[in-house]
Amino acid sequence: MALVLNEEQEMLRDAARDFLGNRAPLSHLRQLRDSGVAEGFSPELWAEMADMGWAAIIIPENYGGLEYGYTGLGLVLQESGRTLTPSPLISTALLGASALILSGNEQMCAQWLPQVATGEKLLALAFEESAQHRPADVNTSATPEDDNYRLDGSKQAIIDGHVADAFVVTARTRSGEDPNEGVSLFLVPKDAPGVSLKTTELLDNHRTSKIKLDGVLVNRSQLVGPLHGGCPVLRTVLDRGRIGLAAEMLGIAEETFTRTVEYLKERKQFGVPIGVFQALQHRAAILFGEIELCKSVVLKALQAIDEDSDEVPVLASLAKAKCGQTASLATAEGIQMHGGIGMTDEFDIGFFIKRWRTLNQQLGDSRYHLDRFAKLKGY
Amino acid sequence: MSENLNTFRTQVRDWLEENCPQEMRSPLRSEKDACWGGRNFKFQSEAQQVWLQRMGEKGWTAPDWPQEYGGGGLDREQLKILQQEMARINARGALYSFGISMLGPALLKYGSEEQKQRFLPPIIRGEIRWCQGYSEPNAGSDLANLQAPAVDKGDHYVLNGSKIWTSYGDSGDWMFCLVRTDSDAPKHQGISFMLFDMQTPGIEVKPIQLISGRSPFCEVFFADVKIPKDQQVGELNKGWSIAKYLLTHEREMISWTGLSQSGTRSVGETAADTIGTRNGTLDDSILRADIARFELDEMAFALTIERARDEVKAGVSLGAVSSWFKFFGTELNKQRYNLLMDISGSDGLAWTGEDSNDGKLARDWLRTKGNSIEGGTSEIQLNIVAKHILGLPG
Ligand SMILES: Cc1cc2nc3c(=O)[nH]c(=O)nc-3n(C[C@H](O)[C@H](O)[C@H](O)COP(=O)(O)OP(=O)(O)OC[C@H]3O[C@@H](n4cnc5c(N)ncnc54)[C@H](O)[C@@H]3O)c2cc1C
Repeated sequence: MALVLNEEQEMLRDAARDFLGNRAPLSHLRQLRDSGVAEGFSPELWAEMADMGWAAIIIPENYGGLEYGYTGLGLVLQESGRTLTPSPLISTALLGASALILSGNEQMCAQWLPQVATGEKLLALAFEESAQHRPADVNTSATPEDDNYRLDGSKQAIIDGHVADAFVVTARTRSGEDPNEGVSLFLVPKDAPGVSLKTTELLDNHRTSKIKLDGVLVNRSQLVGPLHGGCPVLRTVLDRGRIGLAAEMLGIAEETFTRTVEYLKERKQFGVPIGVFQALQHRAAILFGEIELCKSVVLKALQAIDEDSDEVPVLASLAKAKCGQTASLATAEGIQMHGGIGMTDEFDIGFFIKRWRTLNQQLGDSRYHLDRFAKLKGY
Repeated sequence: MSENLNTFRTQVRDWLEENCPQEMRSPLRSEKDACWGGRNFKFQSEAQQVWLQRMGEKGWTAPDWPQEYGGGGLDREQLKILQQEMARINARGALYSFGISMLGPALLKYGSEEQKQRFLPPIIRGEIRWCQGYSEPNAGSDLANLQAPAVDKGDHYVLNGSKIWTSYGDSGDWMFCLVRTDSDAPKHQGISFMLFDMQTPGIEVKPIQLISGRSPFCEVFFADVKIPKDQQVGELNKGWSIAKYLLTHEREMISWTGLSQSGTRSVGETAADTIGTRNGTLDDSILRADIARFELDEMAFALTIERARDEVKAGVSLGAVSSWFKFFGTELNKQRYNLLMDISGSDGLAWTGEDSNDGKLARDWLRTKGNSIEGGTSEIQLNIVAKHILGLPG
């Protein structure tokens, strides 16, 4: 497939840019933060986004979705990186919806996806058990009891756990030699007896939660994917998620860069715009190239998901590592090239580095994906 | 090693044993633990107050300043011993002070005898806290472009204009300030160096919040502020030399952020604790390589600072080399905090809550981004190295 957007995708991107730019620019996030809105995002705005179909982009039409594919969702995420608009796009429209779509559990899809598509129901992926990204380390146990499984354990760093109606939880249904075997995924409603939740506010004003599962009973029908075969499903969900996160980081890099280049033209010292200094010019030129690389990588990776290509894992690690590094550079240079004003809260540039920090860490940081990339390449 | 120095070491050790309160023998847990002294300082504990008093009386808050002004009078070798002995017991600095790290050296070199007698002893005892009024909205990297006008009114000057990014402008008792005293002369030749009490009528201070959510820097506005003439330092309109000399000390001080703090866990140890090891090596080979690269530079840097200090006489500025130190030390500190954040994984992202000590790590990490801006940006330091050390044209 050509590495360009089709007409439908361009329209979606332009609509997203207009909507976010007008309705939820960076001042929206600032306001949410300063007024201490508990959700960390605006439920009203989320309803509007859902009205535009954004919660339904990857959901199949027979479950009330748009079936526009991941490329479409990626474009919206990229735009939301420019405005840093907080919403459950990642937790629900990307990760949660992906998990259900891949579950093969038609009854579950029919029950949940239509309401996910309308934005009414929110989902969260609960798989981390330590502060490091180690999806294969699953100590949460699922013990069979009649028609049910009894879940015991805890999960952390759950994106949007505080607003989720249900969690997709990894648990060990069989223990053996290979940690990738014997894991199953379950859909656990937030109010299931035995679930307790603790929420943390992060530096980017998003929230993650820890949950404790204390003898939580879930019916066999709530399996997300095959029994004992949850790892391959999780891996696919994570790779799709990583590519989505990479798209948002690309948006962050682009926006920070645009603002910084503007500032280089505007700010005068020594009687000239600081953009005259080659020490800054060359770094800006290098950053330009890094962002071009990221654009190619993100588009290719998004298309690969839509084509169900075998290359998705490699492309996911490539995109996550590359965009993580580039957005790191762009946001750090953004502050440095703004000088003192870049260090102030009053000025917007600092918001981007905070968001980058979270996105870079979630679903594996750049080093994790360098390592995984090498492994996938066979060295 | 001469016998005298051995005797000195024993004396220092004994004195510290007797005088350094137990509570002061551990690294700072947070910024709040640092003692800045000054008129309005609220001591965290009696131990903190006693420690400052004792060190101040001994002159060891400014160990290498002349004894006649209350300093410790130590030579280079003795100073090193004091530092080593303090590090040995993890003794905290008794006083964090712009008066000691920045203003003092400039007063010693450029101040009148009367000014030294008046200002140095209270600096050493931590009684007056200083802030630095250099930058203005249009005079950052191009500091010499500063405009705040001080007009001669016979026995005093009258200052107007404003300063920005003044660290601790809201808690400083006095300011050392660069002002314009001749607006017709070329920009470097109309600047003077003045000292004044922040309680002088006509001064207004407005705090500015940092991206870390903390607020240690300020905007300061002057409306007809009267400055007595005996508070102008050095020659009139020759303040730029003083400003630059002071900056070399400031830069050297900031470069110390590149050194690891004694008594704290190293980045590598922190990683091993947090992430775990397998067969004695860190369970993440890429992170391990990055940390090793960092710690190697950290050690090389510490040795280079030590070598440079051994090469110059006590109290003498390193000159332009301080610019390279400032550049490298602050880049190291930024790397250190990037690594610490990476190591902490999702825990380090917390912004509020007890578990994270209200997001201390994330806030500290964000604060380090200013290290390569404050005291002159990294770019300006590299320009100075290129021009004044390498002699490159431009
Ligand atoms: C945390 C913090 C604390 C501070 N505390 C104080 C204080 O107590 N007192 C005080 O007076 N000031 C203080 N400052 C101000 C600091 O000294 C200035 O921010 C700094 O000198 C840069 O000036 P500026 O902010 O105007 O940036 P600018 O000078 O506008 O610089 C913007 C960018 O352009 C680059 N640039 C400028 N000129 C050149 C050049 N010739 N070649 C290449 N690149 C160039 C800079 O390096 C920077 O990246 C503080 C700053 C910070 C961040």
